[in-house]
Amino acid sequence: MTPIAQLTIADIRKGLKEKTFSAQELATEALRFAEAENPKTNAYLRLAPERATAQAKRVDEALAKGLDPGPLAGVPVAVKDVIVTRGLKTTCGSRLLAEYVPPYDATVVARLEHAGGLIIGKTNCDEFAMGSSNENSAFGPVRNPVALDRVPGGSSGGSAAVVAQGTAVVSLGSDTGGSIRQPASFCGVVGVTPTYGRVSRYGLVAFASSLDHVGPLARNVSDAATLLQVIAGRDAMDMTSAEAPVPDYQAALTGDVRGLRIGLPKQYFDGLAADTANHIYKAVDGLKRSGCEVKEVSLPNTEYAISAYYIICTAEASSNLARYDGVRYTTRSSETPTLIDMYRNTRGEGFGTECKRRIMLGTYVLSHGYYDAYYLKAQRVRALITQDFHRAFEEVDALITPVSPFPAFRLGEKLADPLEMYLSDIYTITGDLAGIPCMSVPCGTTAEGLPVGMQILTKHFDESGMFRIAYAHEHP
Amino acid sequence: MKITEKEVRYVADLANLRLTDEEIVRMAHDLDEILTHMDKLNELDTTGVEPMAQVLYPAGETAALRADMVKPGTPNAEAIASAPTAGQGYFKVPRVIER
Repeated sequence: MTPIAQLTIADIRKGLKEKTFSAQELATEALRFAEAENPKTNAYLRLAPERATAQAKRVDEALAKGLDPGPLAGVPVAVKDVIVTRGLKTTCGSRLLAEYVPPYDATVVARLEHAGGLIIGKTNCDEFAMGSSNENSAFGPVRNPVALDRVPGGSSGGSAAVVAQGTAVVSLGSDTGGSIRQPASFCGVVGVTPTYGRVSRYGLVAFASSLDHVGPLARNVSDAATLLQVIAGRDAMDMTSAEAPVPDYQAALTGDVRGLRIGLPKQYFDGLAADTANHIYKAVDGLKRSGCEVKEVSLPNTEYAISAYYIICTAEASSNLARYDGVRYTTRSSETPTLIDMYRNTRGEGFGTECKRRIMLGTYVLSHGYYDAYYLKAQRVRALITQDFHRAFEEVDALITPVSPFPAFRLGEKLADPLEMYLSDIYTITGDLAGIPCMSVPCGTTAEGLPVGMQILTKHFDESGMFRIAYAHEHP
Repeated sequence: MKITEKEVRYVADLANLRLTDEEIVRMAHDLDEILTHMDKLNELDTTGVEPMAQVLYPAGETAALRADMVKPGTPNAEAIASAPTAGQGYFKVPRVIER
């Protein structure tokens, strides 16, 4: 059998149809490979052999009866551990939820299993998705499979690592400020943050509700598009999910980009390291040769994005994380002389340093006397940043930018300075603030052999346009 | 100095977060640095700009209101299954009111 690491969704569909292998063989091999490889990276927090095997059996039975087992039939999928799975432990990378077994499935989980996908396991991440290096997990950091002394990025570091490592064919991550795209770029895979509202967040443990997204990671654009196709669309359980119809994303994967207008925002390239910039310019030249028009554009408020983002996301986080109070979810401090002590000790002992920092910052910016100066101001700046994008999209169809100012860094290298870590999110947070679709596609490696990602951003709900460009870049 | 250790203690109380003395010192330093950076926003004139609380895009009539139909919820036993202490169908917490 072809190694799981080399299979695409199309290969799996073909293999099942021609009976080269069964879904149960795929499940067995994926689980075996994941168990063998995981000690190197710590990318999986736990595997789900019973669930994957039972699901594979259902797929094989459907195939035997001549039924359509769905677009993800037999595909080994990994799910970030901030997305709840009924009966399967979901920890959010936090001590506070170390033993939490959710009583329901997230909508994206139900949809991918309905489509025949095999959930192989749950992936490691920064605690409650807060971090850019996956070093904030209570269950240990993840190592980048491309270079084991380096971080895989974060917060969906595990979901990027398993796809790069080849222990899953595709995975689900979540993105609030770059948590899908940045690890995708660090690990050399494709990562997609869809339009805000495109994918249901029912069952995604909330971090910052006006910014949280669920999206796919994959080894190629087509597989990412297939997974998005399955999970996208209105969900009655999430009133922020959009009614807009979901187009056929595969139809956009033609390689034809003639006449498409691409903008390079100058603020994203000023001072960018040459090793990263040159790879992106080279990729843009390729698209130009394929018939794209390229011009420089301006997003003048970019330099204010970090401040606005970290005010809004911490404010929302301080509110969302109030629910971890020692009453409902598994962990409670042993020191509980009074109710208020129970709350304070449970949270003080349970949350890691980064979560505490963000809860404190968020509580501060929402507190009496500071609300207008910080929170309301940040929301006004968010409106300006969004207007920048709307204006740019009057001139061009898509924007191309870097994903991260630097490639994967060494474990521990940036832990001492939280502000420096926040500043590294500069190229990814703007897309989340505006709620537009954006993705990272691999576009080369540095002299040290580390992957570089290129970001493509398009208008609200124009995932097709984004995939069209990404596919043309992937198939020059 | 944007934030003092005394203010950090006050905010920790608001957030119901027990911090150690060492954590207070570190937090004051980190928050001070971050809040100083955030002052950058004051360079920007936002007079007349509406605050953006949610992502905005052109959309049709909202269908966010669904039909009011009774559907089964999460069974009580499953809802309390992950609680640290529960009994008789309820979450249990330390005594709040003295007899």
